[in-house]
Amino acid sequence: MSDPMRIRASVVGDKVEVKVLMAHPMESGLRKNADGSIIPAHFIDRVVASCKGKTVLAADWGPAVSKNPYLSFRFSGAAKGDMVSVTWTDNKGDTRTDEAAIA
Amino acid sequence: MTPIHVSRRKFLSAASKFGAALAVLPLLRPFAAFAATERNTAAFSAKSMSDVIKAYGGADAKESTEITITAPEIAENGAVVPVTVESKIAGTRTISVLVEKNPAALSARFEIPEGTDAYAATRVKVGETSNLIAVVQTADGTFYAQKPVKVTLGGCGG
Amino acid sequence: MKRVLSYLLLSVFAASASAQEIDPTAESRELMGDDNPAFFWETRGEALWKEARGPKKANLSQCDLGLGKGVVAGAYAKLPRFFADTAKVQDLESRVLTCAETLQGITPAEMLKVRFGNGDDQRSEMEAITAYLVSTSKGAAMQVSMKHPKEKAAYALGEQIFHYRSGTHDFSCATCHAESGKRIRLQALPNLTAKADAQKAYVTWPAYRISQGELRTMEWRLNDCFRQQRFPDLQYGSEAAVALTMFLAKNADGGVLEAPTMKR
Ligand code: HEC
Repeated sequence: MSDPMRIRASVVGDKVEVKVLMAHPMESGLRKNADGSIIPAHFIDRVVASCKGKTVLAADWGPAVSKNPYLSFRFSGAAKGDMVSVTWTDNKGDTRTDEAAIA
Repeated sequence: MTPIHVSRRKFLSAASKFGAALAVLPLLRPFAAFAATERNTAAFSAKSMSDVIKAYGGADAKESTEITITAPEIAENGAVVPVTVESKIAGTRTISVLVEKNPAALSARFEIPEGTDAYAATRVKVGETSNLIAVVQTADGTFYAQKPVKVTLGGCGG
Repeated sequence: MKRVLSYLLLSVFAASASAQEIDPTAESRELMGDDNPAFFWETRGEALWKEARGPKKANLSQCDLGLGKGVVAGAYAKLPRFFADTAKVQDLESRVLTCAETLQGITPAEMLKVRFGNGDDQRSEMEAITAYLVSTSKGAAMQVSMKHPKEKAAYALGEQIFHYRSGTHDFSCATCHAESGKRIRLQALPNLTAKADAQKAYVTWPAYRISQGELRTMEWRLNDCFRQQRFPDLQYGSEAAVALTMFLAKNADGGVLEAPTMKR
C-alpha cells in the first residue's frame, strides 16, 4: 500500500498555498534491471485537488515527473480550517486520496 | 471520500461502450476535471514542443516574457530538478512543463481553473543539459518561455 | 594493479586544487526547501516506534536513548554514549537494536532483515526508525560525552580505524578524508578531521539520496565507504561501527543537527 501524501495548505495573504509530496516510484519504463529486463513503467498520470467540492487544480503527468513527486499551487476562495483534498491515480489504476486542513 | 479519479475512469469505460458518447468528450476538456478527460497520449509521446502543442489542438506558439520559469542553472541531480512556472498572461488555462531533450518532451500539464493562480511548482527528470520550456494556453492562443538547465548527473542513472 | 592504483589516486587527487569554491548545486537544494521525501521514512519510523510488535507485543516508547525512558527529542545529539545497562558505548542504531530485543523480544537479526533499503519495495525498518529519531533532534547541537573511560576508548579506536590502511588499494579513511579541498570528480571530499567539514558531514545524515530515491543513514554511508576502500563489510551496530561513529560524532561537536536532508 502506498504511503499517505504529505499535504500542507496554509493561508498566505489572501490566497491558499498548497504543497504536496507523494510517495510513488514514478518508474519511466526506460530503465533496466540488473538482469537486463525492462522495469515496467509505473507513474502517477493524473492528479486532482479540490476544496469545498470545487476542483482547484488538475494535472496530467508523464513519467518524467520525479520520483516521490512534489506539487505546489495557489488558489483563492478558501479559509483556515477548510479541507483541501488531493487524489492521484497511476497508470496501473492505483489511486490514493488524502486531505489536510488549511492552516 | 470517493476518489474523484476512479469515478472518472468508471465513467470513461461506461462511455466507451457507447462509441458515440466519446465524440462529446473533447468538448469537455480541459476544465471539467470531474468529467471525462481521456489522457492525451499523443502529447505525452511527442518529441518536440510543436508536436505537443499540436496534440492539444494549438498552433503557432509565441514566445512571451510574461511567463517566468524558476529552475536551478545547474541541477544538483537530473533526477530531481525543481521547476516553478508562473504566467502573468490573462486567462491562462493550462501550463505545460516540457524538457526539450527528454525522450518525450512533455512532463506535466496543469489545468488552472478559475480562482487558481497561473502558477505551478514541481520537480522533473532532466536526462541531459537541456532547455526547460513552459507552454501556456489561453483562450487567445499559445505562448511559451524557456530556460536552460545544466545537468551533471543524468536523470536516468546512478 | 599498480596502474589501476595510480589511476585511482590520480583521479582522486588531480582536481584537488579547487578547494573552497561555492557549491554549484546549492541552488537546487534551496529551491526544494523543506519538502523532502525523507518525510515518508520519518512517518514510517514513527509508526514502527509506537506500534506494539514482537513476541512481547510492546512498542519502543519506553526505550532509553540516554536521556531517560521515553525521551526521544535531543537524544541523538548526545550519541554515541556509555550505557550502564549494557556496559557498552552505543550509537543510535545499536541502542535501538538493544531496545527492540529487550522491550519487544525482536532479535537484531530480525530487525536487520533488510539492512538498507533499495529505493523500491525493499524497505529497511531500521533506516525508517533512524530517520524518525534523528528528525526529533533537528536543531540540537552535537554534544558527545568523553567522560567515561569506555567513551574515550571508543573514540581512540575510531580514530585508529580512520587511519588504518588496508585493502587492495592500501587506503584508509584518512586517504580521502583527512585533507581539505580534495575531490573525486565533482564530489568534494570532506576533511573529517577538521571541525567545519566534520560538523557539516555529520549533521546532514540521514539524507534522502536523490540519485537512489532512498533515505540513507550514516550507517549506510560508513558501510559504503568501507566498500569503496575494499574493506570487509562493516557489521551493523558492531564495536567498530560504533567506534567510528563516536570519532565522527565527537569531531562534529557543536554542529547543529539538520537531518534528514537531501543530497545529490
Ligand atoms: C576512495 C576514497 C574514500 C575513502 C577511502 C573513504 N571515503 Fe568516505 N567518501 C568518499 C566519497 C566519494 C564520498 C561521497 C561524497 C559525495 O557523495 O558527495 C564520501 C563521503 C563520506 C561521508 C559523508 C560526507 C558528507 O558530507 O556527506 C562520510 C561521513 C565518510 N565518507 C566517511 C568515511 C569513512 C569513515 C571512511 C573510512 C572507513 C571513508 N569515508 C573512506 C570517498 C572515500
